[in-house]
Amino acid sequence: MAYIILILLIVVIVAVYFFKKKLSLTQNKKINERFFVSLTGLSAVFIIVFIGYLLLHIFLLGKGSLSWEFLTTPPKDGLTGGGIFPAIVGTSLLVMIMSIIGVPIGTITAIYLVEYAKENSIITKSIRFAVNTLAGVPSIVFGLFGLGFFIGVVGKQMDVVEANNRISKMERVFEQQGSPFADDGKATGTEIQQLLEKNDKEYWLKQTEKIKILTEIYGAGNPIPKAGAMKFFKERIQPNWGQPSLIWAALTMALLTLPVVIVSVEEAIKTIPRDLREASLALGATKFMTILRVVLPGALPGILTGTILTIGRGAGEVAPILFTGVAYYLPDLPKAATSQFMHLGYHIYVLATQSTNVDLTKSLQYATTFVLLALTFVLNFTAVMIRSKIRRRVGNNN
Amino acid sequence: MEDIKYNNEVFEKSELETNSENEENVNKIKINRFLTHKPLKYGKKFYFGEFMAENVIRIIALFSICSILAIFYYVFQEATYAFKSPKVEKVKAETTEPENTGGELKQETYGASSSESESSGELVQETYGSPSKKETDGELVQETYGKTSTKESGGELKQETYGKTTTTSDGGELVQETYGTTKPKENPGPVVEMSSTEGESEQMSNSEENANSEKPIDFVKIMMPNDYVDNKPTYVWQPISEVPKYSFIPLFIGALKVTLIGLLFAAPLAILAAIFTVAFAPKWLKEIIKPAIEILAGFPSVVIGFFCLMTLATLVQSVFDTTFRLNSFVGGLGMAMAVIPIIYTITEDALSAVPNYMRFASLALGASRWQTAWKVLLPAAAPGVFAALILGFGRAFGETMIALMATGNAALVSGNIFESVRTMAATIGAEMAEVEFRSIHYGVLFLIGAVLFAVTFSLNALAEFYVRKKLMKKFQGQ
Repeated sequence: MAYIILILLIVVIVAVYFFKKKLSLTQNKKINERFFVSLTGLSAVFIIVFIGYLLLHIFLLGKGSLSWEFLTTPPKDGLTGGGIFPAIVGTSLLVMIMSIIGVPIGTITAIYLVEYAKENSIITKSIRFAVNTLAGVPSIVFGLFGLGFFIGVVGKQMDVVEANNRISKMERVFEQQGSPFADDGKATGTEIQQLLEKNDKEYWLKQTEKIKILTEIYGAGNPIPKAGAMKFFKERIQPNWGQPSLIWAALTMALLTLPVVIVSVEEAIKTIPRDLREASLALGATKFMTILRVVLPGALPGILTGTILTIGRGAGEVAPILFTGVAYYLPDLPKAATSQFMHLGYHIYVLATQSTNVDLTKSLQYATTFVLLALTFVLNFTAVMIRSKIRRRVGNNN
Repeated sequence: MEDIKYNNEVFEKSELETNSENEENVNKIKINRFLTHKPLKYGKKFYFGEFMAENVIRIIALFSICSILAIFYYVFQEATYAFKSPKVEKVKAETTEPENTGGELKQETYGASSSESESSGELVQETYGSPSKKETDGELVQETYGKTSTKESGGELKQETYGKTTTTSDGGELVQETYGTTKPKENPGPVVEMSSTEGESEQMSNSEENANSEKPIDFVKIMMPNDYVDNKPTYVWQPISEVPKYSFIPLFIGALKVTLIGLLFAAPLAILAAIFTVAFAPKWLKEIIKPAIEILAGFPSVVIGFFCLMTLATLVQSVFDTTFRLNSFVGGLGMAMAVIPIIYTITEDALSAVPNYMRFASLALGASRWQTAWKVLLPAAAPGVFAALILGFGRAFGETMIALMATGNAALVSGNIFESVRTMAATIGAEMAEVEFRSIHYGVLFLIGAVLFAVTFSLNALAEFYVRKKLMKKFQGQ
């Protein structure tokens, strides 16, 4: 069928070519004008119709599952039922931490670039270049960086420090006066548990399993030597930071969206008229005062735009969090910065490709997609509105 | 502001007061100062808080710039693990307390099985126990993520458990999921009875021994054919097998195929639409088209990938009657959707930056609107259009989620556009989560990331410099 269409197309083109040769120049011009204007118009209309179709398609197929319950309950029955509440919470937590970290840093960097850095110096130029090109680097590369640097270097180091602290604290506890180890260097499992719970309650209460294991290794009721117990706990300290988690994913996303914030804040700062700035300086304000009282209030819409765009991008990106903290399924909400989380975009990916029964979850998938789309749309639309307001302001000033 | 002292004024007054006997002296002083250019002492008071704040700004800016530079450094640095043989000291892999449950120890390995089933176009079924943070006694599943921490501990015994205790349906059983370079085909799910020794259970795990035998790669190897099928040298990407085969060629060809198909559809559509908006469209239509395409730019790539996977793939299969449901053509269409807004926006910017006098001159000479657009606007904005194409190429080349969901993910080398492909970015996305920390496979994946980074970075640089040089010269320099 495809070949038939192709052959027909070629025949039509050849026929038109020979037909046009016989026409006069003005006639040709007219036909060309009509043809190409309608061609370009068609392509524009095609894109728009397609976007409309896409939205309508996703909405209509997901409509069946959309309900208040869908938004507020966790998934159940092996991801074939229930709602997407943990995913919504995970996404919003990720986005919140990301913007809390990323937006101030991006704003301050933009202020530095515009106000303090020497224009046209090589360093400033290269920074600008780096920021601009970084915006085009694939998001998966940021994920790699998050895995290699944040988890592999920073997190692992933090774990080593934490483990050392924990062990030295335990050693101190074991050597305390009145500890069961004091007299003969041995203690039973229950004694160790009591000792540890008394001294480091919030950590060791969670570790009762380990002490059970320790007693089982030595046999119930048998005394355990101090060195053995120390070694046992040293080996079993669980990594807290050196694993994929919410905080590393958020940091990765913050880095990914840093160029977005920097560029939009810079743009906004540059729109502030020179007169205002100079008036402030002429009144005796210092440079910092001018920035704080004149430049920043003026740039506030720009910062807002940057933040909203960042959030929109952060909510939709999945590639950078694939291996820096997202989880398939967690019935519980993330409790700490080091826990994993669920994400709307990743949830769509999981439902569509890893699910045991794709047909069963079809409407769930479309509904999740619709929620994600609606979220990003609202954010992007707000950003576009604010931005157009800024542009109008610039237009009035000129 | 009141507390700012105008020292300069004070200084001047006092100087004037002492010499205010006659006006001549005053004038002399003024003239003298003018001639000698004696620097005025400005009334700038030193504010400690301000000084600190300004330095904090500097430091934070420096920090963010450093973190940007750190990306450049670390991606390449981690890629070097592909060329080193992994440091394996005699590591005792910790076995997870068999006494506790006394049940069987099941070993499940992901990765190899998934890449196999993916190549046949099937859906991968990975059964994960429903994890819960609460530890329930007896039912304890521990996921061991390999021997990652061996280097720091220097031969010491250390277990790297990720603390994800989960409850499974088969209660009482201890399921150990080993991620990384274990070879699943040779020992499919061995049921190992763990012996409990007195102090601690020591056992060399299989994965360590295999990791020892794995050889690091080099630059020549990844470009050369590394396998023979029917006595023909072929390029194979098979990271999880007895002899891991890392060849970049299928991944590179896959990425190129998908990207080019995407551009083939996106470029004409987007450029024509941009010409329409700039040259022909009435104002009200412009106000509809531009935000609509901005909406498409805001589409998360997962959504586009999802649409391709669910709807477009079925459509393409029914029209072209292909054997693979997910193939590079479907992926290319998805890429086109992702790339259209980029090409459109940049082209539109470049076209509307063409000065009006050019257009009016052309129209005044009797050219039609189309002739003006085609022969005046487009050539004038050619660098911008070129930059748009380059940036679109870069975006499609590095796009992960669409490729992961819509291309089928089978690393095949062929010219057929209706066959499944595996792109570079999708390979990273699919395999990175299951790889051992700083193993060779890990290094190879980072190497792919570094190549992606280098390609997109240089494309962006090219676009930026090209546009800046050519376009600016054209409109301002002449």
